[in-house]
Order: sequence, then C-alpha cells, then structure tokens
Amino acid sequence: MIQRLANWGNYPVMDCEVQDFTGEENWQPKDSEPIIARGMGRSYGDASLGKKICSMTRHNCMLEFQEESGILWAESGVTLSEILETFVPRGYFLPVTPGTRFVSLGGAVAADVHGKNHHSEGSFCDHVAYLDLLTESGGIIRCSPTENPEWFNLTRGGMGLSGIILRVALKLKKIETSWIQQTNIKVRNFAELCELFQQHQSATYSVAWVDCLARGKSAGRGILMLGEHVSKKQAEAKGIKNLYTQIKKSGPKIPFFFPEFILNRLSIKIFNLLYYHKQLSRKSEFVTPFEPYFYPLDSIQHWNRIYGKRGFIQYQFVLPFEGGAEAMQQILETIAERGFASFLTVLKVLGEQQGILAFPMKGYTLALDFPVSDQLIDFLKELDVLVLAAKGRIYLAKDSRMSVQMFHQSYTEPAKQFQQQLQQLAPEKQFQSALSQRLQII
Amino acid sequence: MAHNSIQTILVLGAGSDIAFACASLWAKGGNRILLAGRNIDALSRKSADLTVRFQVESSAHYFDARDYASHASFYQNLPAVPDVVLCAFGYLGNQENACKDWNEALTILESNYTGAVSILNIAANDMVARKKGGIIGISSVAGDRGRMSNYHYGSAKAGFTAYLSGLRNRLAHEGIHVLTVKPGFVRTQMTEGLPLPAPLTAEPEQVAQSILSAWKKKKNVLYTLWMWKWIMLIICTIPEGIFKKLKL
Repeated sequence: MIQRLANWGNYPVMDCEVQDFTGEENWQPKDSEPIIARGMGRSYGDASLGKKICSMTRHNCMLEFQEESGILWAESGVTLSEILETFVPRGYFLPVTPGTRFVSLGGAVAADVHGKNHHSEGSFCDHVAYLDLLTESGGIIRCSPTENPEWFNLTRGGMGLSGIILRVALKLKKIETSWIQQTNIKVRNFAELCELFQQHQSATYSVAWVDCLARGKSAGRGILMLGEHVSKKQAEAKGIKNLYTQIKKSGPKIPFFFPEFILNRLSIKIFNLLYYHKQLSRKSEFVTPFEPYFYPLDSIQHWNRIYGKRGFIQYQFVLPFEGGAEAMQQILETIAERGFASFLTVLKVLGEQQGILAFPMKGYTLALDFPVSDQLIDFLKELDVLVLAAKGRIYLAKDSRMSVQMFHQSYTEPAKQFQQQLQQLAPEKQFQSALSQRLQII
Repeated sequence: MAHNSIQTILVLGAGSDIAFACASLWAKGGNRILLAGRNIDALSRKSADLTVRFQVESSAHYFDARDYASHASFYQNLPAVPDVVLCAFGYLGNQENACKDWNEALTILESNYTGAVSILNIAANDMVARKKGGIIGISSVAGDRGRMSNYHYGSAKAGFTAYLSGLRNRLAHEGIHVLTVKPGFVRTQMTEGLPLPAPLTAEPEQVAQSILSAWKKKKNVLYTLWMWKWIMLIICTIPEGIFKKLKL
C-alpha cells in the first residue's frame, strides 16, 4: 500500500510503499528492493522514510519481565509510553528517555537516543542487555556488547541500516516513587550556563532551556532544569501519599495545521520572554510528576502542527568541549542577529560516545526548532559551516537537509568505519532509507 | 472490574484485532485469559504480553474452527472452565473467488458460521450444566442484508446472527447471557488496504471498549459504531424491488 508519509517534522513528505511486519517467519530475504524499518515515525527528518517501508508498530508484544534484574524483553514496536504505563506503577522507570515517550523501542535503539541524564548514565543502548536483529540473509543474530559486539555496535545508532531490530532486552531503572525533585536556576548568559552545568555535573538529570532571541551580553540566557528521582523517604517527608502517579492518557490535540503566520518572530519572542520571566527568583525548587519534567510537549497531541503545513526542522548538533563554548556562543549570537527564531531551544551537556555512528560525544548539544522556509534552508548551511569548524556534528535522527559533504566531513571516521563494517557483515545493503541514500551513508 | 471476582475468559479467534483488544481489557481487569486460534506462535507471544503487562494468568491454545471433530476435546482440555466465551473468529474471503471456487465459498461459510455453531453448542451445553457462564459472538452488519459485494460472508454472518439470537432465547431461561456484536467498519488486519470512510470506521480498541461495556450492561445486540444501527435500519427497509437494482 502506497502512503504519503512524513516523520515528526512534517518535512519532507514522501510516497512510501508500506508493508506491515508480520513476523520473521514470513520475512522474504533478498527482496530485491531496499527497505527500512519504521516505528512510530517520531524521528524528525527522513530517517524512517524510503521507497519501501516495513512498519513495526504491530510487532509490539512484551515477552518477559525479570523482576530481579529489571530486564524487559519486548518486541521492537512496543513504545516507551507503554513501558512507562506498565512499569512505573511497579517501581521501574526507563533508564534513558528522549523528550517524547511516543517512540518505539526499535527506534530508540536505531537512533541510540539520549536524554537528560546522558552525562551521568549514557545513552539508551548503554542499558540494552542484548537484542535480536533480522539481517539481510534472513538470519537472526543475537547481539550485545559481549555477544557479536560488531553487530551490536553497528546497530546502536545505526539508523536501521544493519537490519530489522526484532526484540530488545532493556534494563529498567528501579525507582521508589514516580515524582521528580526539580530545581530551576535562571542564568543570565551562556558563560554562566556552562559554569552551572559544570557545577551540577553530579545531578542525575540536567537540561537547559535557552532564550534564543536574547542578544549581546544576554546571549545564551535561559533556565537550567535539574532533576532527581524523589525517594520514598523524601516523598513521605513531604506528605506525598500516592508514590506512583497514574500516567495521563492524552491531553488536548492540535486539530489542524496552523497557518504559517502564527509562528513568527514576534510571537516566538513573546513566548521566550514570558518563559524566561515566568520564574522571578533565581532559583526555584519543587516536586513534580515525571511527565511535565521529561515530556513537556507530549501533553499536547500533534504539537508539530503549530509549525504549519510546510513543517519544521529540528536542528540539533553537538560540539566538543574543546573550543565548543566559544563556538556555541558564536552560533547563538548568529541566530539571534539574523533573526531566525526558534520556538524551543534546548541545550545540554553530553557524555562519552559509544557505538560507531551514534550521535553523542563529550560536549555541548543544542537543539533548535525552526519552521521551514526557503531562507531557513540557506541559513542552516551557514550554521553547518560553524558546526563543522568547531569539529561538531548533526544528529541524524533529526536531520532532513544536511549535505553529503557535511555528513562525511563531520562524521569522517565513524562513517568510514560504519561503511567498512557493513560491507563485511551485510554487503547486499538490503536496508536503506531516504536518509542513508541522501547522505550516502552506506 | 476490580470489584468482580476473577473470571476465566476464553477468546476464540484471538489473533483477530478486536478479540485481542477485548482480551487486553479483560486482562487489565485482572481476569484469566485463554487465547485460542490457529497461529499458536503468535498467540503464545500475545499471551506472554498479557502476562507481562497485566500480571494475570494467560495461555495459548490451538483451535481450528473448521476442524469440528476436535472441538469437544479442545474444550475439555482447557486448563480452566471458561466463565465467558468470546467467539471472534471469522474470514472475510474474496467474494469474486467464492462465486467460482467452492473451496473459497465453503471456507467462508465454515469459518463464519458452522465452526461457530459447533464450538458454541459445546460451550452452551457446558454452561447450562453448570448453570453459569456467558457468550459473546462477533457477527457483522454484513449479515443484516445480503449485498452483491459480500453475500457469502454476509449470509454466513446472517446465519450466525440468527444462531446467537436463538441461543440467547434458549439460555435466557437458564440465566446465561448471550451478546451479539455487529461491528461496522473496523480498522483491522481483515480490512487492511480497503478504502474505509473514516467517520464510519472504528479502531479495535474502541470496539473492545463498547463490547465490554455492553456486556456489563447485559445488552443483547450491539452495533459498533452506534450509527451502524441506523445505517442498517435504512438498508433493511429499502424495498427489495429497488434494493436489487442497487450496486451495494
């Protein structure tokens, strides 16, 4: 069945031939045309798009749970939201979670997603005990950091190009309550923000919202948001009775694409201004259910529609610490000066890199949301130059527009290594996406 | 359903989307689930899923609606006596093929009608003997009036609807309830690829919700979505002289 599909950014939109994955026993190896697995379509660009797509959403059984170790063995179409619904009431949490809970387990592995605890607890695949991969030969390979590690490293962050992720053993994190102790600290500029990240590196969760329209001395001002799981003792001391809150199913829905004029420089500026000044004191501490802290946007269904029919681009890159702060400052100033307003801008410090093609590396990552326009596409090319000069790179799960050159210049070694390994293990190149073809990843 | 005692639910044709959505809701309520159908591998996975998600007892059992001879022993060998039987198997088939190919026609008739009669007779007799139980049959709006586009499927479902109606009449005297469900369009594997009109099409979870709620209220016949009741009323009142000239 041909369907017109886009991922979360609604850009680009493509005609894709979609087939449902109905089990490895029905899989036809060497199906001539390349294909790519697709989960919830929550990557932003063209990662899970392509001429032929294998939808994994019906492949969604939870198969086994070991109470002791907290290891959940589940099919790749299970969503992180379902895992939370099932296990939060039993005292377990996701070891790592991205900013939305509506991603599939397979997608989380393929993009090796990171969360607010990357600096302290690594990325998603650091908590994957093992996984089953359907390879192009039709065989199933179980891989982990110790068993067939070459396959594991190729698959984590491998954007689905090594095969179809069938099942994942995820080690959940034990929690005593589902509440989060949140600390918000208002920062006046980027230098101060860096300093505070440094000061609070022992915090379990940390992320900063940045006012991307603040200029000059105020460039990089924002709010640092730290989080810790609330222990049972702390909850009792605060008089919290229900240790595990129920997850709210779904909130209001954006019913249609907003007209493009709604998000303009002025409305974004007002939003950012209000957001910055909402908190009056320098520091505020409070206890909150986990959803508003981890998933502030999930409460509004189809929030991507506010960017209009042309969609939006989430531009996320990482810069290494060395020279990264200066380059970040320069990038923030460039954005503010040129007047490209990002509705939501998020900055975070990342930890070590793992795997081959995985995005994270030690340094600063910034994510910006821009509504698509012709000028924007040109402007992002300018930002690419700055990112490249600072030895940074762009997150593949968010990309829809970087050039082949940009990819190969910024991912030079990883790209080479990935190609070589894949050539050895899966020479037929059965798994390809619009992303892999656009960037000539394999 | 937390206030009810734990029940054992037998789901026949548990591979169907509507059936599994119902099974999930029952499992959520803490009940024990027996999943039956032909694809035992898939059912084993689904049974594991119910156990992991809802911490209930669940198991998978091989059942072939067209293998009548096996039905009695299938029912006897279940690990628990079912309090409720949901009969959800069915086969839409291909109307055009069925006109020419008797095997296709027979498969449609058996999968939607005779198979159901065979297994439900066994379940009903057992329930009468125990003086408790309940039966839910998933028929179809297609059984309300035969139309050129799917009258093999429709006639089999018409038979099933009439059977359920008679069964309800008989079992009412024994205090055993029978619910007939007539879904309209539902987005399932059965209808995959068909161009269904969105406002008239339900999700399996939606249908499951209304089935469980109708069951609780002891309704006799349930149309899902609700407007199908009125659509079918109109279709059924069109005089035959006009109806036969339509292309429905």
